[in-house]
Amino acid sequence: MRAALASAALQRHGTRTLLAVLGVAVSAALLLDMVMLASGMRESFRQFLLIQGFQLRVSPKGTLPFDSEATIEHAGAALATLRAHPDVVTVSPILGAQTHTLRGDTARTAFAVGVDPGVQGDYELLRGANASAPDRVVANEAYLTLTGRRIGDTLDVAVGFDPQFRSYTGRRALLLVGVGRFYYTASNQAVLAIPLETLQAMSGAARTDRVSLFMAKVRDGASVEAVRAWIEATIPKVTAISTETAVAQVEERLGYFRQLAFILGAISLLVGFLLVTTLVTVSVNERVGEIAVMRALGVSRAHVVQQIVLEGFAISLAGAALGLALGLGTARYLNAILSDFPGLPATFDFFLFQPAAAWRSLGLLVLSGILAGIYPSWRASSLPIATTLRGEAVA
Amino acid sequence: MSAGERRASAEPRAAAGAGATDAPASSVAAPAVRAVSLARAYPMGGEQVRAVRGVTFDVADGEYVAVVGPSGCGKSTLLNLLGVIDRPTAGSVAVRGRDVSAMNDREATRFRLHNVGFVFQRFYLMPTLSARENVELPMAEAGVSRADRQARARELLRYVGLEARERHRPSQLSGGEQQRVAIARALANRPTLLLADEPTGELDARTGAEIIALFERLNADGTTIVVVTHDEELARAARRVIHMKDGEIVRDETC
Repeated sequence: MRAALASAALQRHGTRTLLAVLGVAVSAALLLDMVMLASGMRESFRQFLLIQGFQLRVSPKGTLPFDSEATIEHAGAALATLRAHPDVVTVSPILGAQTHTLRGDTARTAFAVGVDPGVQGDYELLRGANASAPDRVVANEAYLTLTGRRIGDTLDVAVGFDPQFRSYTGRRALLLVGVGRFYYTASNQAVLAIPLETLQAMSGAARTDRVSLFMAKVRDGASVEAVRAWIEATIPKVTAISTETAVAQVEERLGYFRQLAFILGAISLLVGFLLVTTLVTVSVNERVGEIAVMRALGVSRAHVVQQIVLEGFAISLAGAALGLALGLGTARYLNAILSDFPGLPATFDFFLFQPAAAWRSLGLLVLSGILAGIYPSWRASSLPIATTLRGEAVA
Repeated sequence: MSAGERRASAEPRAAAGAGATDAPASSVAAPAVRAVSLARAYPMGGEQVRAVRGVTFDVADGEYVAVVGPSGCGKSTLLNLLGVIDRPTAGSVAVRGRDVSAMNDREATRFRLHNVGFVFQRFYLMPTLSARENVELPMAEAGVSRADRQARARELLRYVGLEARERHRPSQLSGGEQQRVAIARALANRPTLLLADEPTGELDARTGAEIIALFERLNADGTTIVVVTHDEELARAARRVIHMKDGEIVRDETC
C-alpha cells in the first residue's frame, strides 16, 4: 500500500515528476560521464598499451617510443638477447620511417612501420594477405583513400628525399597485399606495414641493423619489472618501460584532469540530491492535510517516512536508469568527437564504461535520492496532527 | 488474535460495531469514553487560549452524542483530545478504561488505528486511490491481508451504499458519496469509537440527511458515535447533546 501511495503521489503531478526524473537523469548522465572520463582515460591507456599483450617497450636510451628519429643499434644482437631471456615470450622489432608513395608527379607521404609479420603487434589484418614476404606491404584505409590504390597494386615507395638533386631515395616497388587497422596511429593517418628487412634495406646503411623499438611480452606469472631491469642492465643504450610505469606516468599527468572530473561529478550528485529534495519537499507541503489525516487514521510515523523516502528513491532510481542510457549515449558521442583530434590513435577511448565504477556512482546517486527524502519525510511525520488539520480547515 | 489474522465479517453490524484488538482487560465495565477535568490550552498571538476548560463527562458504550456550540467554543479541540490526535494540558481521557492521554506517539498511533474512527468535514480521501483502496488504507496499516481487506472494504462500501463505486476515485464521486467512503474508511478496523467533526458541513441538505441516516443506522448497529456539529438536524438525531460554550460544558441533555 505504501508503494501504491508513493506511486500515486508521484503520478498526481505527472509532468512535474517527469521533469524531476529528467533533471536527475541529466545529473546522473553527467556523473556517469565524469566517472567514465576520470577512470576511463587511465584504463583506456592501459588497454591501449596492452592491446596485443606486450608489457614492455624498449626504445633508444632517454626516449619514449617514436618520440624521436633515434634508433637502437645492433638490433639483431639485441633481439637475440631479448629472445634468450627465459621470461620473455615474444619480441617484436619495429622500425619507423616516413615514406613517399610516388605516382606520376605526385608524392603522398605516409608513415611506415617495418615489422616482423610473424610477431608484429602493431596492426590487425582486415582483408587480403599479410606482408610476410619481402617487398610486400599492408596499408590502412587512410592510405588507400590518400593514394587511391587498392590491393594488388604495385606501389612506388621511397623512404627519403634528396633536396639537392630533388630526387627520392630508397625507392622500391612494393606489392600491396592487405589492408589492416593500425592500433597506435591516428585513424586519419596513412600507414604502411613493410617487412623489417625490406624497410631497413630501403633506408640504406644508416639504418642497417637498427630498429626504433622493441615490444616484448613477458611470460604469465613472471615479474615484468625484473625483466625490465634486466633489459636496461644487459642491452646498452636502451630504455625499457613497462605498461604499469607508462600508466603511472600518464595518471600523474592526468591528476588535475581527474580532480576536475571528480569535482564536476560531485556537483552533479549534489544537483541530483537538491532536485529530489526540492520535489519531495514541495510534494509534502502540498499534502500536509492528507498526511495529517493518515496519521489521524493510525498510520505510523515510520510508515509516513517510508512512503516519502520511497518517493525520493523512485525518482532517483528512474533518473539513474534514464541517466545510464543518456550518459552512455553522450559518452559515445563525445568520444567520437575527441577521437577525431589529430594524432590520436583510433583505438584510444576517452570514455570507458567500467561496470563496477558506473554502478557505484549510480548507486551513490540513488542513495542520495533516498537521503534527499529524509528531511521532508521527517517534517511530514512530525506534523502536529490536530494543528495541521485545523490549519487545513481554515485554509 | 492479530490484526492480520482478523477476517472480514459478512454482517454489516459486525463490520460497523466495536471490536478493537487493543481492547484493555478493564473494558468490560468501563464507559466507552471518560473525560475527567479535561483541559487544553495553546499559545496564539502571544496569549494562551484555553480552548477546553476542565470538562468532565462519560460516553457510554453504544451511545450517540452530539457536541454543539458556537464556533471557537472548543468542540473540535475536545474531539481531537478524545481521538488522541491532541494532548490535554490537564485532566485525562480514558477510552474503555484505558488512559489515552498519557500515551506516547507510538502508542497513540496504534491506539487510533485499532480503536478510533475519524470522519472529517472535508472527507480527506486520498485523491489518487479508488474508493475501495481508501477504505483499505487503515487495514493495510494494521497488517490485514490483501484478500481480507478487499473483502471487508467491499462489505463496508456495500453498507454505505457504494458497492457500485468501489473503483471510482474521489474526484469521480459526489460530496455525499465521498463522505460515505470516509465513513466506511473510519469503520475499517472496527473502532471502539467513531468521531466525526462537522460531517455534514460541506454537504447540501439532502446529502446531509443521507449522512445523518447513515449515522443513525451505524449507531443502531452498535457503534459509539461522538459528533461535533453546527447542523441542528444532525444534533437532533443524536440520543444525547452536549452544549459547549467558551471551552466548558454548559448543558448535557439526553433526548
